Amino acid sequence: MISYSLAPHRRNLLWSAFLLHRLSGVCLALFLPLHFWVLSQALHNPAALEGFLEWTDLWYVKLGEYILVFLLGAHFFGGLRLMAFEALPWSNRQKTFAASAFALSFILATLFLFSAVQYG
Amino acid sequence: MISAKLYILQRLTALIMAPLVLGHLVLMIYAVQGGLSASEILGRTQGSAFWAIFYALFVFAVSVHAAIGVRTVLFEWLKIRGSVLELLSWGLGLGLLVMGLYSVYAVTA
Repeated sequence: MISYSLAPHRRNLLWSAFLLHRLSGVCLALFLPLHFWVLSQALHNPAALEGFLEWTDLWYVKLGEYILVFLLGAHFFGGLRLMAFEALPWSNRQKTFAASAFALSFILATLFLFSAVQYG
Repeated sequence: MISAKLYILQRLTALIMAPLVLGHLVLMIYAVQGGLSASEILGRTQGSAFWAIFYALFVFAVSVHAAIGVRTVLFEWLKIRGSVLELLSWGLGLGLLVMGLYSVYAVTA
């Protein structure tokens, strides 16, 4: 039988929200140099930019984009939740807010995917 | 540890970015329809003062925000301290700023 030795505070949903915020932030920071490098190709190597954009049509690259948009949404909505938590009067609905931030990120990423997939 | 100055700067850059991220997300969902092409992207951004200012501001804010955020992670999870911590966070911030501004120039000039 598998035994889980997660500390009690780490079994709380809000700890997962903290972890998602942190990990999404680190992933976005790691992705940004690549994003900037690709865009800078427009200046001296437009063909390379075009080639890269064609590469993004592959299904697994689309999946990667879907995850990135989800991470951006999660960091955005999670960050708004964090600032509201710090600056606004206390509310007992923190878990609802965290779950809503997660749901909104998921909806946003799915909207992006539906928009990105070419039909027909 | 994060100083009060960095803590405030982190929130300030988050507030600056909130509408920019929203704009970026809406633009992405709109622009990705039917696939991306360089001519389509550049057709929208080249010569546009609006997009140049929008994304230059975005790059400034994200460089500061990411550097402070990663600095906190390096401190708390990897136990990095002192001048190494300063060097890594300043390096990331300045690196993102230079690369980001160059890419904004590349697509808007």
